[in-house]
Amino acid sequence: MRDIKFIALFAILIATLPFLTHSGVILNFVVMALYASLLAQSWNILGGYSGQFSFGNAVFFGTGAYVQAIAQMQFAMNAWSALMLALCASACVGLFVGSVSFRYGLKGSYFALVTLAMAEIFRILSLSVNFTGGGVGLMLPLNSSFAGMQFVQKSGYVWLILSLVCAALLITSFIKHSKLGACMQAVRDNEDAAKALGINPFSVKLVAISMCSVVMGAGGAIYVQLFQYIDPSIAYGPQSSVEALVAAIVGGVGTLWGPIIGATALLLMSELTRNLFGQIPGINMVIYGFVLVFIVLFAPTGLTGLGVSVRTLFSRSHNTNHRNKVDGGEDLKGLDGERAGSAESAENGADRTNLTNLTNLTNLTNLTNLTNLTNLTNLTNLTYQTNLTKDNNSPKSQVTQDTQVTPDTSSRTGGK
Amino acid sequence: MTVSSTPFSEGFVVSSKSPSTHILSLGSVAKSFAGLKAVNDVSLDVHQNSLTALIGPNGAGKTTLFALISGFIKPDTGTIEYNGVDITGVAPFDNARNGLTRTFQIVQPFAGQTVLENVAVGAHLHFTKRSLALEYASHVIEKMGLLPHARKLSSDLTIAFRKRLELAKALATQPKLILLDEVLAGLNPREIQEMIPLVKSLVTEGVTVLMIEHVMQAVMNLAEKVYVLDHGALIAEGTPSEVTQNEMVIEAYLGKGTAERLNRKSAKLDMKAHP
Repeated sequence: MRDIKFIALFAILIATLPFLTHSGVILNFVVMALYASLLAQSWNILGGYSGQFSFGNAVFFGTGAYVQAIAQMQFAMNAWSALMLALCASACVGLFVGSVSFRYGLKGSYFALVTLAMAEIFRILSLSVNFTGGGVGLMLPLNSSFAGMQFVQKSGYVWLILSLVCAALLITSFIKHSKLGACMQAVRDNEDAAKALGINPFSVKLVAISMCSVVMGAGGAIYVQLFQYIDPSIAYGPQSSVEALVAAIVGGVGTLWGPIIGATALLLMSELTRNLFGQIPGINMVIYGFVLVFIVLFAPTGLTGLGVSVRTLFSRSHNTNHRNKVDGGEDLKGLDGERAGSAESAENGADRTNLTNLTNLTNLTNLTNLTNLTNLTNLTNLTYQTNLTKDNNSPKSQVTQDTQVTPDTSSRTGGK
Repeated sequence: MTVSSTPFSEGFVVSSKSPSTHILSLGSVAKSFAGLKAVNDVSLDVHQNSLTALIGPNGAGKTTLFALISGFIKPDTGTIEYNGVDITGVAPFDNARNGLTRTFQIVQPFAGQTVLENVAVGAHLHFTKRSLALEYASHVIEKMGLLPHARKLSSDLTIAFRKRLELAKALATQPKLILLDEVLAGLNPREIQEMIPLVKSLVTEGVTVLMIEHVMQAVMNLAEKVYVLDHGALIAEGTPSEVTQNEMVIEAYLGKGTAERLNRKSAKLDMKAHP
């Protein structure tokens, strides 16, 4: 299939990059772009193909991150088996969140709010239990080896994350060309019609959310391996959820490459703005916001949509000539290849309405964040303090053990 | 695709009352929405491999009855039997898997997808492989006369083709009983003329059809049996010509006293024609 060829090409291209350049800036950029692509692709599976807009992908992200850290630190597991465990754990959380919300038919903004609330619940829980290190967070000891999944050279991370991104791409391309994907898109476009055609929307959505959560969990685990540090607000805070959904929307939801393009474009933009207006803190977030608004207004299909609309303009006359030939399997194969043009522009129609919903939602989340903040800051401060005092009192606390390695890691976390 | 249940089924279709030839039977089905009795004590039977019509004025509860049969809503009381099995309260997707599917009066295409992809969703019920589903879908599309539009977006179709698409999607699931909700509504006379043979061809291929229809021309043309629903209750049943002469039916459609007036009028006309 054409998609798989492109994925292979993409993999080879990125994988050879570390041999061509040793520039830390470029490799670091590639690592971060791949990491952001992973998050965006996760959101795309659930939001783009199944039409379930999650605002709390952090639930899966944080679970993946915490399991990755805890399995290594407290159960002395190898980083790779920890990753497997992290993926399983986030899948379980995904199934839980999905079964709770889809069981009762939550859709649209209601589903988005429930996922947001779930992330918040997990954040507070992770603040108040001991094994997560509370508000102090967990600091993964440095172990630069293959078994520890930490690499001195950036190239190791490039290959590691690249393989995960390719796995996510293969999952998405499988969705695109299979019964499952057809069912997911049917549920996205019209749930009642899907039901009449023998599709059980509940199970389709459940599969979608578990796929989404596995990919997002991988993102969380990778975060821990990259920065060797995790705390409740990084794990379950809105940052990762927003990063995932904005990148997917900017790139183009419901497309294979959209999330990768979106994530890269946004990262490029935020790096540029940071260099240009470095003295104004948070300016990149302001520009983020503007870009999102402009994309929703003027390019509801995202950056890939822009490319496709140019392509369809060119191929329109060509297409009409071939439209009448759709009978045998031979023609259908051609159709599958040519679908890119028509099918992706097909997604345009559906997405516009979805996106307007989204803008409504973003307003909502701001509101809820506000109320959350006012309500929760007191609470979180409280738990934070209690945890701090606990940690200070206990002589064997993880924090004191790990402080020797902080100089290196703190500079890395500072980079984020 | 020709499915005939028994070698002598043709002779049985109209005459026999034995339950084995009923593909669908409703027993005193009722559903109310907050005080409004949308469907009130409806019992009806649909014979295997027949074309039955359900007519009635607007708001009579026809579409609600379809939603009850296909499982989209659960009846308050009563039973729905399909192929001799009680399917009361069974989910619509399970019904579709058993060969009972419906179309929607307000067409429900998957707007973001092409016609072929739309129909392939239905075909996937029996074909897991994408290529097989697409192949079967294009077969159905051809039969429905949608082939020139196979690669158009379903949202770009005219209403007549959207109705056909609605039918094609349902057919792609290879149903045994199909509930057609006003597939002719909103079409112009020529489009209706084109659509009628398509509906007819379903029955010859072994699909049982229960259709809601307002276009009497089609009902007279197609239906073997007609049920008339008014204010949620069955008021008449019989052959199309029987039903259209039924006074209660005329009054339900045209208002109280109309039957009498019409009778007087036709009597006068008869007098003029044959003095």
